[in-house]
Amino acid sequence: MYGFLIIVGIVLLLFIIWMVYRIQTLVSVVKGSDKKIASGSNKVNAFLFIVFMVVAGTWMIWYSIKEYNNYQLPIASEHGVITDQLFWITMAITGIVFLITHVLLFWFPYKYQFKEGRKADFYPDNNKLELIWTIVPAFVLAALVIGGWKAWSDITKPAPENSHVVELMGYQFAWEVRYPGLDNVLGENDYRLTNASNISGIDFTDKNSFDDFSSPVVVIPKGEPVLFRIRARDVLHSVFAPHMRLKMDAVPGMPTRFWFTPTKTTEEMRAELNDPEFVYEIACTEICGRGHNAMRKELRVVEPAEFKKWLSEQKPYIVNNPSLVADLPIELKELADITISEHK
Amino acid sequence: MATAHTATHNEASHDHHDHEHHENFITKYIFSQDHKMIGKQFLITGMFWAIIGGLLSLIFRLQLGFPDMDLEWLRPILRGWITPDGRLDPEFYLALVTMHGTIMVFFVLTAGLSGTFSNFLIPLQIGARDMASGFMNMLSYWFFFLSGLIMFISLFIETGPASGGWVVYPPLSALEQAMPGSGLGMTLWLIAMTFFIASSLLGGINYITTVINLRTKGMSFSKLPLTIWAFFLTAVIGLLSFPVLFSAALLLVFDRSFGTSFYLSDIYIGGEALPNTGGSPVLYQHLFWFLGHPEVYIVLLPALGITSEVIATNSRKPIFGYKAMIISMLGITILSFVVWAHHMFVSGLNPFLGSIFMFLTLIIAIPSAVKVFNYLTTLWRGNLIFTPGMLFSIGLVSFFISGGLTGIFLGNSAIDIQLHDTYFVVAHFHLVMGSASFFGLMAGVYHWFPKMFGRMMDARLGYVHFWLTFIGVYLVFFPMHYIGIAGFPRRYYSWTGFEFSNMYTDLNMFVSVAAIITFGAQLIFLFNFFYSMYKGRVASLNPWRSNTLEWTTPLHPGHGNWPGEIPAVYRWPYDYSKPGAKDDFIPQTVPLSATPESNLPHEQELVKLEKEIIADEEAVLVADESKES
Repeated sequence: MYGFLIIVGIVLLLFIIWMVYRIQTLVSVVKGSDKKIASGSNKVNAFLFIVFMVVAGTWMIWYSIKEYNNYQLPIASEHGVITDQLFWITMAITGIVFLITHVLLFWFPYKYQFKEGRKADFYPDNNKLELIWTIVPAFVLAALVIGGWKAWSDITKPAPENSHVVELMGYQFAWEVRYPGLDNVLGENDYRLTNASNISGIDFTDKNSFDDFSSPVVVIPKGEPVLFRIRARDVLHSVFAPHMRLKMDAVPGMPTRFWFTPTKTTEEMRAELNDPEFVYEIACTEICGRGHNAMRKELRVVEPAEFKKWLSEQKPYIVNNPSLVADLPIELKELADITISEHK
Repeated sequence: MATAHTATHNEASHDHHDHEHHENFITKYIFSQDHKMIGKQFLITGMFWAIIGGLLSLIFRLQLGFPDMDLEWLRPILRGWITPDGRLDPEFYLALVTMHGTIMVFFVLTAGLSGTFSNFLIPLQIGARDMASGFMNMLSYWFFFLSGLIMFISLFIETGPASGGWVVYPPLSALEQAMPGSGLGMTLWLIAMTFFIASSLLGGINYITTVINLRTKGMSFSKLPLTIWAFFLTAVIGLLSFPVLFSAALLLVFDRSFGTSFYLSDIYIGGEALPNTGGSPVLYQHLFWFLGHPEVYIVLLPALGITSEVIATNSRKPIFGYKAMIISMLGITILSFVVWAHHMFVSGLNPFLGSIFMFLTLIIAIPSAVKVFNYLTTLWRGNLIFTPGMLFSIGLVSFFISGGLTGIFLGNSAIDIQLHDTYFVVAHFHLVMGSASFFGLMAGVYHWFPKMFGRMMDARLGYVHFWLTFIGVYLVFFPMHYIGIAGFPRRYYSWTGFEFSNMYTDLNMFVSVAAIITFGAQLIFLFNFFYSMYKGRVASLNPWRSNTLEWTTPLHPGHGNWPGEIPAVYRWPYDYSKPGAKDDFIPQTVPLSATPESNLPHEQELVKLEKEIIADEEAVLVADESKES
């Protein structure tokens, strides 16, 4: 019943709009205003540009200031401070250009709207002007590029020797986190070894893998360099830690990396934001299928001492599941058994 | 050689025009070889696809803006894609995003824009009877139609259309096990795109050949309207880049169906390790973006060309810096081929390459900036008439600035780390490429509607359409910058799973409402378009008092465009408000010798040269008369 009434209402409304439109058209034909070069609407349109500029501009500036603390995520890494600084420098420069060009773009239509009897200026070119607005943007952009290039080179240079290594492997639809253990060297892996009990496809004939362990949460120490070794085992994924200003694709068959230094522990951030529930998160930003929006991993930043303690408490894969090394050649098996007994 | 060719062409087309045309419905409206009809076919098909693409986006905006909404009412259309509890299926959400992108980029903004206006305007504005090959031109449309048909069918198959994003990165798009959309839907996508590429190439070759060979007497490259320069350069870009997309697609077909490993390596999926090794998914990204980035300019340059023409005409002023505009378009054309990897800063690309591409990317901002400043200077001290076409052109410049400036953030690899694949990118390209090109398309339709159908569109409905769309587009895409800076990732079915993105639900709701209203405003346009086609006021021959050649044709130009001789051209197309001239415009067909009062000093020199052209013309006329008698 309501549906029917709504449809009748819509039909009536359309009919009224239609009538108004027809009457308007006929009136303009009678008045002959459709023969004029520019009708009264010209003034209205010119004026609307000014209205749009003032209203939209005010709204934009007000909202940008009001929401700053919401959209500006707190920074928790050393390079994040630099990239954010670049972001806001770029914002300042482009913001000024944005405002100036838009003021001109909306003010000119008002100022130079059609007037009977006036003639536009015949002003086809001016090489000096063209030169100025080629060279000035070139210099400004050069400055931005150089800043960006320096930051980019620093971020992407090889990780320091003493970095803590963490392997993040993306698969549909989660992250597997692997630590290299006390030797800080990850064991080899081969995707053909992957099975239900060996998600990462670790090659246990490599001694380095004996102390490798998995963790449900990515735990890293504050103030020390951390190297994420990133890979994927099925389709593309991308590691995104928004507070760390970190992003790197996970590519099957081509391991990638990203190193950084966290600057605030989870606890410190909780205190700073006055939010006891706060956690750092890792998300996936490369479309990977049905569960793309659900690849959440918690990232916990702790004090270095706490990190050491946590490291020593972790149990390697082979301790949790000795069958992983059951089929090894005898010499390796003995070594593995030593590792297992050390952790008991 | 060239002259010989032109001469034979003139003769042939002349004869062809003298005898009666026997056109039936099929040769006139369906398998037409008339560039004007083919242009209209592209336009109508493009409009159909724009509606489909827009509707798809409304469905996923409902999900993003109103995640708790009961979508049971969509079940009659979407069937199994609505889950039993009345929600949108997450995989169908990805399919919607993918098809929205594919349709808008290729079918609407490439075929609908270039296809329409390159076809319609090139022969009319350079003074040609038709395209160099009418048959190839017809094939170009029908390949496009076939491509669209296949893509349309893929929307209705059980496993759904392609769903790996419009970039269809492998391995996701290569492996059926990864998602259902990578099965038959992806196969159809690849077939459809193959036909689309063939269509683009047939069209592009024709545009280039026509512009180079079939210009009328006096129409040198330095007298071409900027629209033609834009269409010409667009066709060059397409001709060089679409084949690379084809190679990317072909290798993907091999990987999907013939067991090769171009893009696949070390994959364990669905409980088994695949035998493929040695391939690289990054190779696909390189090949894809080698088209993908120039593609941005394929959709943008025609829009900028149209805008140049519309702004100059309605400012009653010459376009400022005609040569600078051409040089910056050339610059954009060349640079567009060497910036592709800025889409791949965080793909695992060598960081050194990242630095190189950052430098090259920011260089391309310079010609774009020059264009904006030139548009502004064209408006300065003009005598502006706000036709709907003019309004849409000014809107385009606004989007071009807003979206272009955010490109400076994204082109900077250090800043891109955070912004990559967030809504900041979505906001950026929807403004600079999507909306700007769409506004170019609209400006073109409003401006050349009288030439297409011999009638005027209603201006007042045009104003309402413009203001609703202009404000609507900003309301939809501007807020996306904020959630992008906040790190909201693209292609997410829902953001509530993460604490950092579990906010701005109100903003997303606002965006969705704005999107629905903006889409609704397009219905005004559709009404105006189809109503005016039959009932609009009959247009005058040159309603905008414009200089270019198309306005010298009859109201309803037949196949061949001009009855009798093709007019010769004596001046550039931007002699508006020339000091000393009687009117505020002097069409290109008026000889300089006829306007001694307004000629500039260097033009007085050219008057002598002009005499040769005129003498030549007269000789032809005399010959014709003697033949007739």
